[in-house]
Amino acid sequence: MNTQRLLHTVDRISTFAGKACAWLIIVLMLVVVVEVFKRYILNAPTGFIYDVNNMLYGTLFMMGGAYTLAHDGHVRGDFFYGRFQPRTQAWLDLLLYVLFFLPGIGALTWAGWTYFNESLAMKEQTFNATPLPLYPFKFVIPIAGVVVMLQGIAEIIRCVVCIRTGVWTPRLKDAEEMDVVGQQLANSEYVDDDARREAIERAHSIDEAAHQRGAAGKELT
Amino acid sequence: MSNPALGLTMLCLIIVVIMLGFPTAFTLMGLGMVFGFIAFYDPAAPWLDNRVFDLMVQRAFGAMTNETLLSIPLFVLMGYVMERGALVDKMFHSVQLAFRRVPGSLAVTTLIICTFWGIASGLVGAVVVLMGVIAMRPMLNAGYDTRLAAGVITAGGTLGILIPPSVMIIVYAAVAGQSVVKLYAAAIFPGFFLAFLYLVYVIGWAMLNPKVAPRLPIEQQRAIVTPWVAHIAASYSPRMLPALLQAIASPARAVRAPGLQISWLRLVRALMRALVPLWLALLCFGTAWWYVTIYSQKVDEPNTAATQLSQPAGGGTVAATGGLQEPPAQSGDLEAPPGGDEPKAADSGDLQAPPGSESEASAPAAGAAPAGLQQMGGGSAVDEQKAPGIPESFNLVFGLSAAFTLALLVWYYVKFDAEQYEILSMLVSSVMPLATLTIVVLGVILLGITTATESAAVGAAGAFLMAFYARTLDFQRIKEAVFLTAKTTSMVCWLFVGSALFSAVFALLGGQRLVEEWVLSMDLTSLQFMLLSQAIIFVLGWPLEWTEIIVIFVPIFLPLLAHFQIDPMLWGVLVFVNLQAAFLSPPVAMSAFYLKGVCPPHVTINQIFAGMMPYMLIVILCMVIMYVWPGLTLWLPKFLYG
Repeated sequence: MNTQRLLHTVDRISTFAGKACAWLIIVLMLVVVVEVFKRYILNAPTGFIYDVNNMLYGTLFMMGGAYTLAHDGHVRGDFFYGRFQPRTQAWLDLLLYVLFFLPGIGALTWAGWTYFNESLAMKEQTFNATPLPLYPFKFVIPIAGVVVMLQGIAEIIRCVVCIRTGVWTPRLKDAEEMDVVGQQLANSEYVDDDARREAIERAHSIDEAAHQRGAAGKELT
Repeated sequence: MSNPALGLTMLCLIIVVIMLGFPTAFTLMGLGMVFGFIAFYDPAAPWLDNRVFDLMVQRAFGAMTNETLLSIPLFVLMGYVMERGALVDKMFHSVQLAFRRVPGSLAVTTLIICTFWGIASGLVGAVVVLMGVIAMRPMLNAGYDTRLAAGVITAGGTLGILIPPSVMIIVYAAVAGQSVVKLYAAAIFPGFFLAFLYLVYVIGWAMLNPKVAPRLPIEQQRAIVTPWVAHIAASYSPRMLPALLQAIASPARAVRAPGLQISWLRLVRALMRALVPLWLALLCFGTAWWYVTIYSQKVDEPNTAATQLSQPAGGGTVAATGGLQEPPAQSGDLEAPPGGDEPKAADSGDLQAPPGSESEASAPAAGAAPAGLQQMGGGSAVDEQKAPGIPESFNLVFGLSAAFTLALLVWYYVKFDAEQYEILSMLVSSVMPLATLTIVVLGVILLGITTATESAAVGAAGAFLMAFYARTLDFQRIKEAVFLTAKTTSMVCWLFVGSALFSAVFALLGGQRLVEEWVLSMDLTSLQFMLLSQAIIFVLGWPLEWTEIIVIFVPIFLPLLAHFQIDPMLWGVLVFVNLQAAFLSPPVAMSAFYLKGVCPPHVTINQIFAGMMPYMLIVILCMVIMYVWPGLTLWLPKFLYG
């Protein structure tokens, strides 16, 4: 039970970091829209806006890495994987986390930290008429690396737990692509009630079954 | 182990490990890191000074400052907001009423909605499941052939990844170093052409064998006429347009009706709504005229002389061009946009020029749809036609299409009764906001007015406005859209970070060169190479998702294209279309399993597969046409951007 709480704490940290940075997309959208207005209507472009855009977007996706990992959102070839027993899946994952994930993310974090320090030492700025400081942006790399590493360690613990118990520990609930089915159908006026209720209830299991190409949903056919 | 051998080991390992189901981004990063460390290993230097660390962080930073990838989150956000803001079942219902007299109207409607939604979003699963609920049951209840019903939903659902603005195209652009807007321009005709082929197939089948798609019972074909509309029609004229005009002129009879609360303002609003097709037509023609005769002239004026020289489009009018060389003469000519001098004018002309495909595509829609829909179809067709490649012909084509549209409008308004009014009114409220937004976003990208990033941001903001207007967006949904955007963007961009490191190390070890030498030693013709590469991608499309294919495997082929003199743009669009076929091929296609999940139990997975098969063949036919006739793909980007 304690392990479970530990895992969820880590999940929450990653999710919080990711969600906080997710809002940058709204900022990015507004910045670009305002810039479009300024450039094309007022004819007064802002010189440093591309740097700002890049910083917003770069921070957004780097910090989203751990969040995505915490909700199993990174693309994986689940064609065969989905057909394995949870224990087999966990062994495979454990092996590959140790073999590839730890060196890869470890290197990213370490290299990002040196990279940031070099940048900080010379107070690096963007190469532009209106220079912006660049080192805070480079700081995103080691930070994102640390959060992803933390989440990766949590995933390794997940694998160990699964190898012991034979079932995957539950993840936190989060927004999913299939949610849109429920939302669209909830206000629908022309769909009959039974079909609607059934589809909303089963949307997520349908998603899973489809990813495994029916392997888990054999009883459906 | 020699370096090239290490490189090949890397390539084999990556395939194996991806199949094992580990998150691909980290597989790439880990493999790149480990092999890069070995490649750079220098016994004299301390461990932590290995140059692979520099390479890694530079690649990561490169992805963070990649201006092509920058537009991904914005387009993704637009898609998620639209998806939540649009009312799919209303759209389906109103489009279906508008198309009720077309054979196989439910299937045709399904395809149209899928195409529209494909423009908005690129998610196969959600579209298929939703259409499975909204369209599958009505089709089965109406007695449609199960294979027909299943086929249109699965084929329509996968269209979304192809039709711009699609994230797949941005990722390919980033991988191949191509321009996003050019690729969008290249993909747009094949995308709509494919949708058009599907449509022809469905209508053709339904016409040849009406049993597979029986007409709906009459009572389901009727739109419900609200009492006040019925009252207006009854007390003034069965034709709504004169009826509304009269009612506004002499509202006494309408306003006096008991219990209906018809106010004068409401009548005016109804009239405006009834005239929407007219407004749309005016808007399209106005924009076309403005673009050709004012906007593109203004932009090009300074370098007209230069462009003239390079402009083949004007070829027909040598004398005219001669005259044009003098700016003053030219400005005199502005009204009739000098055909040759403007690459821009020419481009916009191209837009129309593909009329072959485009106006055809919209023609069935226009002809078939009695109602407002044709305005949309007509609108886009008009767009296409407005700017003839040869400016001389601009006035002629413009005039002809204006006359044609006018005739259509007159015909439409003559037949415009209370029921038509209700259908139009439903279309206006459900389809129009989405349609306007997508046409604006695409138009803005294609006409080169702003960059892809800027149109994505404007599109996303527009999606918010649309959803606020439709009152379908609350804070909860905004949150979901924002978080989903973050997850999808992170997924794609982390994959990109991983693959950037992986491919750098792969090239460094000489693996890339080895692959190239091996392919070159096979001494293929360019057609053989094309077939081979597309066949490999087709097979990879079975177990993998498009992200992995585009980011990992496509870069291996890219350097070879130059040798075989294949245009990377054409090859890329063929890959996009190819993946459609891969995603429709039994027994691995995911969309079939999505559909199976929402179907009533008596529909078997084999029936769904049987329904998908013909569409897979249509996609392959489309690829053959694209290969034989590259102009379908390459003509628009060439015309628009030179």
